[in-house]
Order: sequence, then C-alpha cells, then structure tokens
Amino acid sequence: MPKVVPWFALLAALIFLPHVLSFSQQEILVYLAINVLIVTSYRLLTLTGEWSLAHVVIMGVGAYASALLTKMFSVPVPVSILLGGVIAALVALVLSVPLFRMKGFYFLIGSFAAGEIIRLLWKRFREPFGGPKGIKGIDPMPDFSIGIYDFDFFEPISYFYFAAIVVAVCLLILWRIEKSPVGLTFHAVHWQDKLAQAAGVNVRAYRTLAFTIASGFAGLGGALLAHYVGTINPNSFDVEVMVFVLTWAIVGGTATFYGPILGCVTLTILNEVVLREMGFEQARPLIYGLILILSILFMPKGLESLVQKLKPGRKSAVPVERAAE
Amino acid sequence: MLEILAQTGFNALYAASYISLVAVGLVLIFGVMGVVNFAHGELFMAGAYAVVALYADLHMPFLVAVGIGLAFVGLLGLLMERALFRPLRDNPLGGLVASIGFLMILQSLAVMGFGVRMEHIPPVTQDVIAFSEKVRLPVARLYVIIAAVVLLSALWFFLKRTRFGWALRASAQDPEAAALQGISINQTARIAMFIGAGLAGVAGALTAPLVSVNPFMGHSVIITAFIVIIVGGVGSLEGAIIASVAYAFIHTVVTTFWDGVLADIVGLMLMLIVLIVRPTGLMGSADRA
Repeated sequence: MPKVVPWFALLAALIFLPHVLSFSQQEILVYLAINVLIVTSYRLLTLTGEWSLAHVVIMGVGAYASALLTKMFSVPVPVSILLGGVIAALVALVLSVPLFRMKGFYFLIGSFAAGEIIRLLWKRFREPFGGPKGIKGIDPMPDFSIGIYDFDFFEPISYFYFAAIVVAVCLLILWRIEKSPVGLTFHAVHWQDKLAQAAGVNVRAYRTLAFTIASGFAGLGGALLAHYVGTINPNSFDVEVMVFVLTWAIVGGTATFYGPILGCVTLTILNEVVLREMGFEQARPLIYGLILILSILFMPKGLESLVQKLKPGRKSAVPVERAAE
Repeated sequence: MLEILAQTGFNALYAASYISLVAVGLVLIFGVMGVVNFAHGELFMAGAYAVVALYADLHMPFLVAVGIGLAFVGLLGLLMERALFRPLRDNPLGGLVASIGFLMILQSLAVMGFGVRMEHIPPVTQDVIAFSEKVRLPVARLYVIIAAVVLLSALWFFLKRTRFGWALRASAQDPEAAALQGISINQTARIAMFIGAGLAGVAGALTAPLVSVNPFMGHSVIITAFIVIIVGGVGSLEGAIIASVAYAFIHTVVTTFWDGVLADIVGLMLMLIVLIVRPTGLMGSADRA
C-alpha cells in the first residue's frame, strides 16, 4: 500500500505541526486551512473558463449569514455554518442570472460590480449588517469532546483541527465533483464550448452549476472564518482579499487540483512567515509584488508545472484539454 | 434649489475632468495592449506624490511639478510596458497579475517614502469665482477642468490627425493587420503606455492639492475608471469621456442629496445594468474580451 503512505505522512504532519509553532503562527495556520478551501473552490469556478472577482464577497455572504443566524435566530453554530454555505450558494444562483450573460473581461468586471454592490449594502445598512463596523461578538463554536481529544475553541490548535477536518471533507467532495461526468463537462465547457454546445450541453447551465457549487463552499469557508475571529466587517471581504485569492490561484496554476493549494500555501508562508521573520515589515507588499511579477514572468504555468517536471512519466492532469488550447 | 443644482453641476464638471483623464488612459492601454491595467489607480497616486515632493516639499512652481509628474508617470508606464506587458503579450491573465504586483510595489514605495499619513499640500490659489451666495467655483478646480479639456483635445488631435495616431488606432483595431502594414507593435505599445500612464499621472498631479493624498488613494480611482469604461464601451475614447461626465453628474447628485456610499452603489448598479443589457459594453465588441 505505498499510495497511502504519503497521505499518512501528511496527516501526521498536520496533527503535529501546530504544536511546534508560536501562537500567531497557529492563527495563520487556521486562516491557511480556510484559505485552501476558498482557493480550491475558486478553481472549480475557473474550470468553466470564467474568472470571477466576487468570490471573496460570496465568502462574506456565508460569514454574514452564519453570524446573523446565530445572533438573531439563535441557530446553533455548526448548523449555521452549513446554512451559511447554502445561503451563499443561493445568492450566487441569483447573481448568475445577470452575470452569465457576460463572458471573459466583461464577466470579470461584472462580477466585481455585483460583489461590490453586496459589500456596499453591508456598509450602508446598519440594520441588520452593522454598517462599516460590521458584526461583533459572533458566537464561537461550542466546545466539545470526542473522547481522545477535547476541542477547546479558545485555542487556535483546536479550531485548526476542526477547520482542517471540515476543509478536508470539502476538498474530497470538490475532488469527486471534478472527477465525475459533471466535472468533465466543466472542462469541456471551458476548452471546447462551441463543440460542447453542439453536442447538446447546456453551457450556461453548467457554468451556473460550477459558480453555485464553488460559491457554496466559499460561503462555508467564510462562516468558518466568522466563528473563529468573532468579528467581521465589509472590509474583511474587499477586493484586496480577492486579489490574494486570484494570485494564489494563478501563481499556483489552475490546470491541476493541487495547483491553487500549492500557490496558497507557498505564498502565505512566504508572506506571513518568511518575510516577517526576516524583518521586512514595511517592505512586505513590495517584495510580495516582486515575487508575483517574477513568478508570472518566469513560471507562467504556475508552481504546479515545477511539480510536474519533478515527476517525469506522469502525464499532466488534463492532457486532452491542454492540446486543444 | 436651482442654486444647489448649479453648484452640483460645477462639482460634477470638476469630477468628470479628472475621471475622464484617468479613464481615457485606461481605455488606450486596454485597446492597444489588450491588458487590464490594475495599477492605473496607483499611477494616479504616483502623479499626486510627484506634486507632494516637488511642489509642497521642494517649493517648485506648481505647473513645473505637474509637468515633471506627467513625464515621471509616463516613464513608469514605459517601464511597465517593457518589463511586464511585452513579455506577457499573449497572456492577458498574466498581465493582470503582473499589474497587481506593480500596484503593490508602487503602494509600498509610497508608504516607505512618505508614510501612510495624509499629505498636506498648500493650495495653489485661494481665489473663488462667486456667481452668487451659494454658487461658487474655486479657481483651483477651474484649472483642473481647463487642463482636462486641453489635454483631451490634444490627444484627440494626436490620434485623428497624426501618423502615430493612425498607427495607434490601427493596432488597437487589428494588431496583426497593423503589423503586416509595417507598423511596429512595440513602438505603438510604448506610445500608448506613455500617454495612458501620463494622463493618469497628470490627473493625480493636478488634483493633489484638492484631495486627500495617501498611498491608498488609487483604490477608489480605479473602481470609478472601470465603471466609466464599461458604461462608455471598452475601447471607445469618446464613450469614456461621455460616460465620465454622466457618471460624475449622477454620482455628485446622489452624494449631495443622499450619501456617498449610496452614490457608489448607484454607479455600480448602472454599470451592471449596462452589462446586462449589452453584455459586451455599450460600444465594445466581443472579440477583444
């Protein structure tokens, strides 16, 4: 069973890693787990060929929905996190009606406008969204015990384990979706949309489906974040955060499932850990910007292309589609 | 009521002036290079900081500072063309990421050079043309309006009446056919980037004494510019100018009678409606998307 060995190694590393980190690094690890879900769900949406700038706002929809459900209707936290994902998916479904009239650059800008409108509505309406100051004192996850481990959500380690389990389940679902006939159709819609249409595929319906599923998982991620940090405001989900998600996906590469995850983990560690430790506090955005430029100039196919070079003999994950490019 | 409307009209005309300078530059770059320059708002910011350094700190005459600001930001544009957009010509998403990287570098340099505090810039002139008690046009704002009209007319003349202008418009329409006619793609890209960036820089420099200058001021500028170029039709310079004026009036009216956030929402709604009705922008075509 050599195939399972690396997975057990990863599992062991994820369990032991937080214990050797400082408190602030443990917090970064929690964000990292959530961001992996955000960027992976974002990739599902880009599979159909459209790049959205609304993904982080949709994540915020999940966060706001879950926070408000617990505050106003006393919904228990784990249920509200799930409902946050559902509501985000529904909002995305509504948004997709006008947005999927557009393609390419116009979709990019249109999705940005739709996202900004939602964000500004949070800012404008104090009831129930709390205006510019947002929502404070969001209920934390209730502590619980599973016998061998006590989840005490005051500790980042516990929340990291909880978030990592949720994220792992979500990644598994996303992986299954991509490998299913539906997922293959997403690829077809991207690379051969005229052909797919001619073969009787409802291209727009599949784009909508990808957008809705991706948004549901983003909403779930947002809800996970909300109940960890305890306070959210419109600026937590602004275009700057979106830019980070976009760059993780592009620097990592979106041809494979692991590309965006690789990009997210690498850039986060570089930005939050390495540059901080080296004492570049003020120049951090400058160096991050330089890294972005250099990686896009010299590694246009993303970090994943390096991994593929290291493993000769293994074919690229989407060889047929690549040829059609 | 009439007085408030007249005053709002002046405010809107001033806003339209600098918005159209920024938007026209963005359209020019998108048209010729096919790349969405996310760093355009930061080029505006760089122009404003040129005035902070030269006029406020070194006490040069204002117009000299603005002129140097234009040239400096134009050179930044040339740098972007050579270092980023030329190697990434067949990779529009790559160009987008590279411009985001450049944006972060410019912002970070401004923070390191000047700090995050708002800059105080002495006013160029305190004069006010008073039409009545409530209708007043500060001369400093009038200067911005005049400068925009002069610069945009000069650009129009350059594009429609000179050989370089012809070449530029030809490469915007069809780069391959233009190249076959012996038009150098690199040459036109350089000119477009210099003019596009320079216009953003001069807009920032001219308005610097009138707005709050800080390293993050480019953010709202780029959002406004995007709205304007979508409503006006991507690739249409005239459309960008008309849309700038329309947007500035609507935004100013909503801000005056309600509030600024609502005005932003209305502006974005307007853009979304245009995109829903015409999914490729008002005068845009689908094939450059």
